[in-house]
Amino acid sequence: MLSMRSAPAGVGLDSNAKRQNSMKVLVTVKRVLDYNVKVRVKADRSDVDLANVKMALNPFCEIAVEEAVRLKEAGVATEVIVVSIGPKAVQEQIRTALALGADRGIHIETENSPESLSVAKLLAKIVADEQPGLVILGKQAIDSDNNQTGPMLAALTGLSQGTFASEVKIEGDEALVTREVDGGLQTLGLKLPAIVTTDLRLNEPRYASLPNIMKAKKKPMEVKTPADLGVELRAHTELLGVEPPAERKGGIKVSSVAELVEKLKNEAKVI
Amino acid sequence: MSEAVNAAERESMEFDVVIVGAGPAGLSAAIRLMQQAQDAERELTVCVVEKGSEVGAHILSGAVIEPRALVELFPDWKERGAPLTTAVTEDQIYLLGDATSARRIPNALVPKTMHNHGNYVASLGNLCRWLAEQAEALGVEVFPGFAASEVLYHADGSVKGIATGDMGIGHDGQPKDSYTPGMELHAKVTLFTEGCRGHLGKQLIEKFALDKDADPQHYGLGIKELWDIDPAKHQPGLVLHGSGWPLTGKGQEGTSGGFFLYHADNHQVVVGLIVDLNYSNPWLSPFDEFQRMKHHPLFAQYLEGGKRVSYGARAITKGGFNSLPKMTMPGALLLGCDAGTLNFSKIKGTHTAMKSGLVAAESVFKALGENDSVGQDISAYTDAFKASWLYDELYRSRNFGPALHKFGTLMGGAFNFIDQNLCGGKLPVTLHDTRADYAQLTPAAQSPKIDYPKPDGKLSFDKLTSVFLSNTNHEEDQPSHLQLKDASIPIGTNLPTWAEPAQRFCPAGVYEVVEEASGPRFQINAQNCVHCKTCDIKDPSQNITWVVPEGGGGPTYPNM
Amino acid sequence: MATLIIAEHDNSILKPATLNTVAAAVAIGGDVALLVVGEGCQAVADQAAQVAGVSKVLLADNAAYGHQLAENVAPLVAELAKTAGFDYVLAPATTTGKNLLPRVAALLDVGQLSDIVSVESADTFKRPIYAGNAIATVKSLDAIKVITVRGTAFDPVAAEGGSASIEAVTAVHDAALSRFVGEEVAKSDRPELTAARVIISGGRGMGNGENFALLEKVADKLGAAVGASRAAVDAGFVPNDMQVGQTGKIVAPELYIAVGISGAIQHLAGMKDSKVIVAINKDEEAPIFQVADYGLVADLFDAVPELEAKL
Repeated sequence: MLSMRSAPAGVGLDSNAKRQNSMKVLVTVKRVLDYNVKVRVKADRSDVDLANVKMALNPFCEIAVEEAVRLKEAGVATEVIVVSIGPKAVQEQIRTALALGADRGIHIETENSPESLSVAKLLAKIVADEQPGLVILGKQAIDSDNNQTGPMLAALTGLSQGTFASEVKIEGDEALVTREVDGGLQTLGLKLPAIVTTDLRLNEPRYASLPNIMKAKKKPMEVKTPADLGVELRAHTELLGVEPPAERKGGIKVSSVAELVEKLKNEAKVI
Repeated sequence: MSEAVNAAERESMEFDVVIVGAGPAGLSAAIRLMQQAQDAERELTVCVVEKGSEVGAHILSGAVIEPRALVELFPDWKERGAPLTTAVTEDQIYLLGDATSARRIPNALVPKTMHNHGNYVASLGNLCRWLAEQAEALGVEVFPGFAASEVLYHADGSVKGIATGDMGIGHDGQPKDSYTPGMELHAKVTLFTEGCRGHLGKQLIEKFALDKDADPQHYGLGIKELWDIDPAKHQPGLVLHGSGWPLTGKGQEGTSGGFFLYHADNHQVVVGLIVDLNYSNPWLSPFDEFQRMKHHPLFAQYLEGGKRVSYGARAITKGGFNSLPKMTMPGALLLGCDAGTLNFSKIKGTHTAMKSGLVAAESVFKALGENDSVGQDISAYTDAFKASWLYDELYRSRNFGPALHKFGTLMGGAFNFIDQNLCGGKLPVTLHDTRADYAQLTPAAQSPKIDYPKPDGKLSFDKLTSVFLSNTNHEEDQPSHLQLKDASIPIGTNLPTWAEPAQRFCPAGVYEVVEEASGPRFQINAQNCVHCKTCDIKDPSQNITWVVPEGGGGPTYPNM
Repeated sequence: MATLIIAEHDNSILKPATLNTVAAAVAIGGDVALLVVGEGCQAVADQAAQVAGVSKVLLADNAAYGHQLAENVAPLVAELAKTAGFDYVLAPATTTGKNLLPRVAALLDVGQLSDIVSVESADTFKRPIYAGNAIATVKSLDAIKVITVRGTAFDPVAAEGGSASIEAVTAVHDAALSRFVGEEVAKSDRPELTAARVIISGGRGMGNGENFALLEKVADKLGAAVGASRAAVDAGFVPNDMQVGQTGKIVAPELYIAVGISGAIQHLAGMKDSKVIVAINKDEEAPIFQVADYGLVADLFDAVPELEAKL
């Protein structure tokens, strides 16, 4: 079903086994509305209602954590550092990531959840401090659905990027990232250090075990502020309002298959 | 996976006390245990496991909450920010005659237990979230997303603890990539506080014959919705209760239950119906009774123009004093609604469940201080319970439910008025109700069919639209947690005799009889299950066993 | 005002998603330029010049851009935006656009608006959040507005009728950070559910798993993916990875054909963003008809084979 088209031989890369043996992996996690909870727009339509609803680790971030932990288990990574940005409550998600196998946490405390570019700027400082060999982020958060932070971080750090990853392999000085693109899969070789964002099929995250949840409580967590990192948060957008999606209305009944095909061809123009 | 394989793979952890279920009883017990440990400067390890994905996710209650036990737990509960903020301002009690008429019962004639001055309209889920925070601050390990799936026993038969369920088992019973074996949690004492019809509690009652001196337990099914309403119609603290229509319709004689509508804060009301599960007509559908009830002007006056926010259902244990099993056994206690401490004359179980947890925590702490051995029977609890206001309260209300069952809503109500208001619950008679709820159904052929109106999509809704609002989810690829002892019974016995009532008593559309070319087939949509336990209670063949699904599955109730 | 649009192409064919994006740019107003960046892509530039509403085509044709690696293309786009005075940079919200544009935005030190579904004014747009369960109205505060556009929300402009000039862009950026290794083009006509342009789904009305073969035949003709309702999965007809509405399986194809699906809300939640919904069901009362653009009340075992024959 699939045909493989090979690229010409890659650009010259010297393998650097040393990096591989001392590679830190940085993973980012976001606290979002649990995917099982129905979203409800506030009565005044200012935003969605998040009062007393269940919050959880963004599913794509969970996949990022899993991938990082697997790299560590495979002996490729030496340490997995997890970062989250937001109010104190996000420490719960950092603890979840620690229970899944990350080694230590960094909480950048902000009043709200900052915009993607601000998040990328904060993360860029952490990257500068920690010098990870690989940064793994979720491709998007399921609340804002922006799909921005990974490439923005790559731009700010001047690093390579592999978005929508369904497979990540570290070979020498390079990360081979298979990407889920429209119409198929694409594999890129990324010079390390690299920024990778996860897609759904990258892995199936494990469950945190009870002993690991207890151990996670004792793992180190550093708290920093944007001021500590020398980043000034700036708004690039203003949310004017939120509304529920328009309800679909029923259309017409057709009397025959022939009429259906005719309508789809000539009226809806979808076949 | 055979159990032997599981047992070999499972790791274990040791605690002083393991508590099953983060509801009001379990969390109150956990908090009181730690409070005593701090006061006595004694090391104590307490762990609470909860099958919901977070604390509160599976909690559903009215609720008008009497703060008596909360005050005992935290005298400064207000300063600590407990989410009881809407004081009851007015009680109204109605008897509905039919689809349009309602008679308000003068307050002077209302049984005293139904007066709510000093109580609060609240979300029990939010109260439990708050209690869990308090417990964690005291050092309790709270583990949501972990379902206790089996009781572990010592060789001498005493309770050793529980095992959490395996995670990552496919529907075919084979482990998937994500397979994580369950954990054994061993404890000196295990407290079972699973709520009504806990699936481990049910096993313990049977194994230790805890109910041998009690009447059969009785249950109700409570169905509840949360609504945003027009602010102009909103009266925070107004509390409506009552009974009558729609449960008194033709062919439903003898069906009992009651409704509630509470004005909470934030321009929200909760509305619900409790249908006693001893009803006899197999055509009855509690869900549809509730849906049509909302069209009565008493409810429609508030709900019209509003928007339904959430939906849920949960069985309640309402047998009260006469049905209360023995609550202690070697190595364990059975508390709260898992045992049946709800006071039906007040339609309240929160303060009583909390009190049972408090009393148990005190008895357990004392016993462990004197004798550190595992598997002991905390028999001191029984005396402490008898000396508490909880016992007194349940004793005084012992006739309330049986009177309604025996004499019907009107005459039973009159009995209750005399018993509760004139005699303080001390009439020197005890009424018993000795037939189990599941045994009450009459054959379908002898029962009049009930014609429920179609939902209008404004005040009333269909089942699946409703379940959608309960945020229910189960990992799709896992074995069904609704098990049939004999797969042939639904179609072979229940369908011809009772027209398979599971289709109607389940408020979540889990059970269906699907007509196929080869004949009818019984379909179990386990993904829809809101964990109300009604099927385990009401199946006339007692053929459905509710077991825990993978931890974290089930509803995710917000503000319920 | 001027808008720069990143053309979607494979070095030989201009992809239709570009036309929807041009429509969004036209709604914003001002001059519209298309940037064709690739290798050996003159043919694409020629097609781009024909697109209605486009005044200029910029062609950056270089080996460094052959696989449109974001590391190389983003600096080019950012430079063009700044030096050529573009107020807007738009791209289709495809995997290519989603990969490239945030990198451009960060280089320009501006935010990005993703996946817009309507243009409210020159600086205000609507975009879905929470998987389409809420629509946010967002105002951009940046001087250069970087935006990805959801194709199904804008009717495409005509592919022909324009006569834009073609200008070569000679700047070459080769960051040497990444290299193309290979690609697996999905040759099969059976795409992934979440990526499919057309989906045909079966419900419990299918009766059993074998009958899904009827749907597969239609899917082969339409290049469609085959999905299933939760009820069909629960009944054991098909594996659960076919379930629409399941975790991560929120679909929004251009055409969604629901066969023998009653339309329980769980299913509707998973597919209601589809552009056109067709329902085939013998139960006239089935809730699916309340959301279907075209409903056919018929026995699916007659209608589906007939549909296949007529396609």
